[in-house]
Amino acid sequence: MSSTDQRAANDLPPGLGPRLVAFCEELRREGLSVGTSEILDAFEALETVPWTESTDFREAMAATLAKSQEDRRVFDLLFERFFFRAAEAEALRQGISEQNRFEPGGELDLDELREAIRQAIAEGRDGEMRDLARLAIAAFGRRGEGSGVVGVDVQRIRRTLGLQVQGRTDPDGHGDVLTLDRESLNQFERHLRRELERTLIERTDRLPASRPLAELDRALPTSPAQDLAAVHRAVAQLKRRLATLGHEQRGRRKGAIVDVRRTMRASLETGGVPLRLRHRPRRPRRPEIYVLCDVSTSVTSASVFFLSVLHALHDSFRKLRSFVFIERISEVTDAFERERDFRRISERISREGGVADVSGYTDYGRVWLEFESEISEDLDPRSTVIVLGDARTNGREPHADSFARLSQRAGRTFWLNPEPRLYWNYGDSVMAAYERHCDGAFECWTTKHLEGFVNVVAGGAPLTD
Amino acid sequence: MTGNDTPASVVEVKTSLGEVGYLADEPAALVSYLAQRLGKPVLVEGPAGVGKTELAKALSRSTGRELIRLQCYEGLDEAKALYEWNYRKQLLRIQAEATTDPRGAESGASERDDRFDESERAGDEQPAGHAWEDIFSEEFILTRPLLAAIASEEPVVLLIDEIDKTDQEFEAMLLEVLSDFQISIPELGAVAARTRPLVVLTSNNSRELTEALKRRCLYLWLDYPSVEREMEIVRLHAPDLDEQLARRLVEVVHMVRSLDLKKPPSIAESIDWARAVLLLGADDLDRSVFERTISIIVKHRTDLDLVAERVGVKLAEQQAEAAG
Repeated sequence: MSSTDQRAANDLPPGLGPRLVAFCEELRREGLSVGTSEILDAFEALETVPWTESTDFREAMAATLAKSQEDRRVFDLLFERFFFRAAEAEALRQGISEQNRFEPGGELDLDELREAIRQAIAEGRDGEMRDLARLAIAAFGRRGEGSGVVGVDVQRIRRTLGLQVQGRTDPDGHGDVLTLDRESLNQFERHLRRELERTLIERTDRLPASRPLAELDRALPTSPAQDLAAVHRAVAQLKRRLATLGHEQRGRRKGAIVDVRRTMRASLETGGVPLRLRHRPRRPRRPEIYVLCDVSTSVTSASVFFLSVLHALHDSFRKLRSFVFIERISEVTDAFERERDFRRISERISREGGVADVSGYTDYGRVWLEFESEISEDLDPRSTVIVLGDARTNGREPHADSFARLSQRAGRTFWLNPEPRLYWNYGDSVMAAYERHCDGAFECWTTKHLEGFVNVVAGGAPLTD
Repeated sequence: MTGNDTPASVVEVKTSLGEVGYLADEPAALVSYLAQRLGKPVLVEGPAGVGKTELAKALSRSTGRELIRLQCYEGLDEAKALYEWNYRKQLLRIQAEATTDPRGAESGASERDDRFDESERAGDEQPAGHAWEDIFSEEFILTRPLLAAIASEEPVVLLIDEIDKTDQEFEAMLLEVLSDFQISIPELGAVAARTRPLVVLTSNNSRELTEALKRRCLYLWLDYPSVEREMEIVRLHAPDLDEQLARRLVEVVHMVRSLDLKKPPSIAESIDWARAVLLLGADDLDRSVFERTISIIVKHRTDLDLVAERVGVKLAEQQAEAAG
């Protein structure tokens, strides 16, 4: 290390170094690529900041270890957990307990507490929130409803206190009514969770086993119960990628045709001798895309996600026609073009899509027949057909021959299946029958899958040109 | 590294940035501090218009270093970023040499032959004219931003803007510059940095940068500031603006950002908007002022409709309440 300031390094307590390396190990386990050079950088950075300041310490670590926004999110989750656990372990070892200090005197009035908490959350006072979280746990504990499972208790306490997120778009009456935005409510929940964990550790006198971050925290939010905004954040990223996709391939890659005018122009630099050939740049592929999206109940969780993807695609590809289907198929291109707001689009589609007939179960066979008779004249070798669905026919005739004809007319056909590949062709899934006719079938249940797929569509792999 | 101008603490960096008109938040100040202390490049990512480029400019102003800027675009190559041989000057030099060279006068039945002869000599008889030693010297190099930053006598701030617009080959080429602060020129050898530049790379995250590049950088994610901080920023740049009005204005901007727009308003645009409102002499942000000036922060047809519908209505409601 090149630092002239060796003092800080010598002052490190014997335990910190190994502990930081252990922390980096945990980051690696969660999939961050933390190389030895990053760890060295982190140590070097820590030499120059006062690591007794928690923000400085944390930011210095983050700047050297977490190299993307996604990494940063994982880093924050882990950082919180790791040092919380470290502190608790130390407290256990030294037998420090705060059981006695923390037992509120008088009877707690739940309503008063509720009001105080709402106030603290609305104003975002962090320290107060923590104290109130403890009070809430104590009050709650006295009512004897604790289940001993942290996650369950957090939700119960929240419900008891009547804390809810208020929709931002709702007109909120007066200016000074307390609206709790999701962010600060989450913050309060984190306090609750942490304090509950602390009391649990004190009660049982040991640390619970450390688990990898739940997949739920990491993977795509797909279920409708989860926040739509989270889906959108994932798609917003994708949108940016889509907007510039294919550009980097254009760059300097030479086309096949020599551009005579530019070659002559360039030859002036070498005294009229055309030493360097200039080529015409290759034009990026502008695909015409047809997207068919299953919106039946068997894929409800995924279709929220798919619809929002569709929404994003509409912003990026000009020639895009979208269809939704359950038993019948219906074109929704207009809805997407007119409406900017995703929530309304999904409402409109469910209201006037006219895709459910009797049973509400997907009928792939019928959908292909309809699509073939109504739309297929428009398909040509330049068009790309993308199907989003799980290929579960509910035991009806799959009409794979009709699908085959469609894929023959279209230049490329892709299938995105929201189920992991493992489940394909089990039960009523007839994926194999369709996959045969596709240029590619992909499982698609994380943004990563999706991004990989988008790369293929927008010209990453030249399948037909 | 020169030790006299490295800052002693994060707070010092923060105040010096503040003095030149950039209100850095905690992470930004800390990373700028680390960059100066450790001499590492900083990779700044974030949505468009949160002050990524401005951070580099502010660093240059606060440290008194010159700013050298390399704007990236697709198709940017070494000749535009590193250095280029000055063909014209080299040619002139060769021609000058040829006319004074007696052998040049002997040959040359026709003009065409003459030129052919010359280019042949270029390939085969290098040692003949001593021009060949000369024309590949520093005199004939056109320095481009990267070489200029490396070769500068005074320490500089090097801004590599929108690195995500270039292709991966260019990134790979940058690695040598960023880790060793040197550039290899085949004819001259490696040019090493005399002083270590403070390097800031910005990216709009439109593509994933390579691990190798990220590994060599400190990482900073800049996001839209909170209402409080943005208010400070707006008031710093439009000091005559009434505090109450500034708050309203920033709150509306935040409201607009929370919508799903094609292009959410940047900080620079909220400053522009504040100035425009000031020019109009409005003392409150009511619906008419809003509608007249909205095009300053929203710049897409579809976005305009959405904003007018959502935010405009809300403003009208609030106005009615205030009145009633």
